[in-house]
Amino acid sequence: MSDPGHHSAPSSARPAVLRAASLWLPAGHPWRRLPAIGLVLAVVGLGASLAIGFMSEAARSQLWHSWLVGSLFVLSIALGALFFVLVHHSTQAGWSVVVRRIAEDIMATLPFLALLFVPLLAFGMGDLFHWSHAKEYLNTKFFVIRTVVYFAIWSALAIWFGRLSRLQDDTGDHQLTRRMRKTSLPGLLLFALTVTFFAFDWLMSLNDGWYSTIFGVYFFAGSAMAFFAFFALAVIAARRNGLLAEVVTTEHQHDIGKLLLTFVAFWAYMAFSQFLLIWYANLPEETSFFAQRYTGSWLTAGAVLLFGHFLVPFFLLLSRAAKRNPKALAALSVWLLAMHLLDLYWLVMPKLHPVGLVPSLLDATALIGCCGVFLAAFGGALKRQALVPLRDPRLPESLTFENM
Amino acid sequence: MGLLRPSLPPGEVFGALAEFATPAELYHACEGVRDAGYTRWDAHTPFPIHGLERAMGLRASRLPWVVLVTAVLGAVSGIGLQGWVSTIAYPLVISGKPFFSWPAFIPITFELGVLGGAFGAVLGMLAFNQLPTLHHPLFASQRFERASDDGFFISIESWDPRFDAGRTVDLLRRLGAQEVELVASSSEPAKPGDATTRATP
Repeated sequence: MSDPGHHSAPSSARPAVLRAASLWLPAGHPWRRLPAIGLVLAVVGLGASLAIGFMSEAARSQLWHSWLVGSLFVLSIALGALFFVLVHHSTQAGWSVVVRRIAEDIMATLPFLALLFVPLLAFGMGDLFHWSHAKEYLNTKFFVIRTVVYFAIWSALAIWFGRLSRLQDDTGDHQLTRRMRKTSLPGLLLFALTVTFFAFDWLMSLNDGWYSTIFGVYFFAGSAMAFFAFFALAVIAARRNGLLAEVVTTEHQHDIGKLLLTFVAFWAYMAFSQFLLIWYANLPEETSFFAQRYTGSWLTAGAVLLFGHFLVPFFLLLSRAAKRNPKALAALSVWLLAMHLLDLYWLVMPKLHPVGLVPSLLDATALIGCCGVFLAAFGGALKRQALVPLRDPRLPESLTFENM
Repeated sequence: MGLLRPSLPPGEVFGALAEFATPAELYHACEGVRDAGYTRWDAHTPFPIHGLERAMGLRASRLPWVVLVTAVLGAVSGIGLQGWVSTIAYPLVISGKPFFSWPAFIPITFELGVLGGAFGAVLGMLAFNQLPTLHHPLFASQRFERASDDGFFISIESWDPRFDAGRTVDLLRRLGAQEVELVASSSEPAKPGDATTRATP
């Protein structure tokens, strides 16, 4: 390991004393109201969705599809956060210590997001899934068991890593860092398997009989990209609101921007790999998925994804200035989150509306409700603990981090 | 710093070489040289010093632009070559696909883009650093060998518009240099006696 104290020139030295106001959510800070705001959004959004959805048979089917898109949107961000924390520990990353707690607060929403899937399992299965293939695997009982297992594993990982991180704030025990590193490796393995099968179950099986072995990675790539977009937004917003002052710098924002660029490219790589093999082989049982999405306005949506989810943000994010400018990166992040939502919409909805994109009021209400649950859980985690892992052994390294 | 150094006749002064005791002293001396308006100069250290590029007033490298251009050229030649072969030179129907089946061309387009970018990065880096350089006038200074061990140096070259042997040496002394020497641009090989005076580990 390098010794920054020895090599660094004097001007890059950082203040040794950090202000408590930038490490905790201060009393009266507007972000302390996030749980209340989130709860209101959740009750209004989900309540309105249920009220509209149960008015008619057609609306009910729309309700569960919209509910699924909204739930997947917030769930994918939280899964990306879990992935980031696991990779941080397994690679013993130094630069990201000061932003890790924000990611932990995002992944802490996972147990609460499980609640969004309860009504889907209880009432929405008949409207969502029409399986005729693979009855041994795709039957309701086994499906419910698998879903419970996925959420149990994600919640356990999120709670366990969150608890140890918080414990280190109190004790300063360096052994906790070792324990988290050791657990992160089997954790990553579990994460990869559960996310893959979750995507098979909840997205791929919407299209009866269609399969693509890369589909899990496709869902993961989009999720990780959405997380880094939300992460960049959260960090930029925190700094604008006077939090993490002199702790999180442009250098950390720059690195989050680099990871966002990485996953913009990775998503495109996965999307194209899936498309190329199916297009080239041209087998009817594989092409059904794309044939449906070549119909009507779904083709336009696909073209918007090609340019909006990949080509344009890819070239914009290549710029160092764009990644270091808070306004530019925030604008790109909002745009990419919208593209991720369109991607999920494009995956779920063509089954319900085969001829083209049909926007529904339920899409909006369900999304607002799901985001409300997410914001409430995220805000609750922010309030509960320090905004930075206070006594992580690599905190000094992270504080003085600079891009070359 | 980008522009090629003019070749000086042997015996003329190549530049001033100053040695500093610590990275911090070198860092502040670089700020001083920068603020004095010198442009044809460099710092030499055994290891990277964070922030030194700012102290030296270096602009961001132009290498990324070279990489962007060569990568785009690689990608364009990739899709261009495949498109030309498939539509003009040897139009063949393959598995019932159109002649210009762009999805099939993307992997090779991507690979040639990466290849172009890699060539641009390596060759551009060599060009900007004026490498390979087989000999450098500063090698004439015995003290300069320590630049790869424990010495911290600034060299100001004589073709800098602000260079003046007396005043430049004074400036470097004022900025805290332990030793300042004027290095000749002689291209003659080292005298046989030199080898014995060099410290060997």
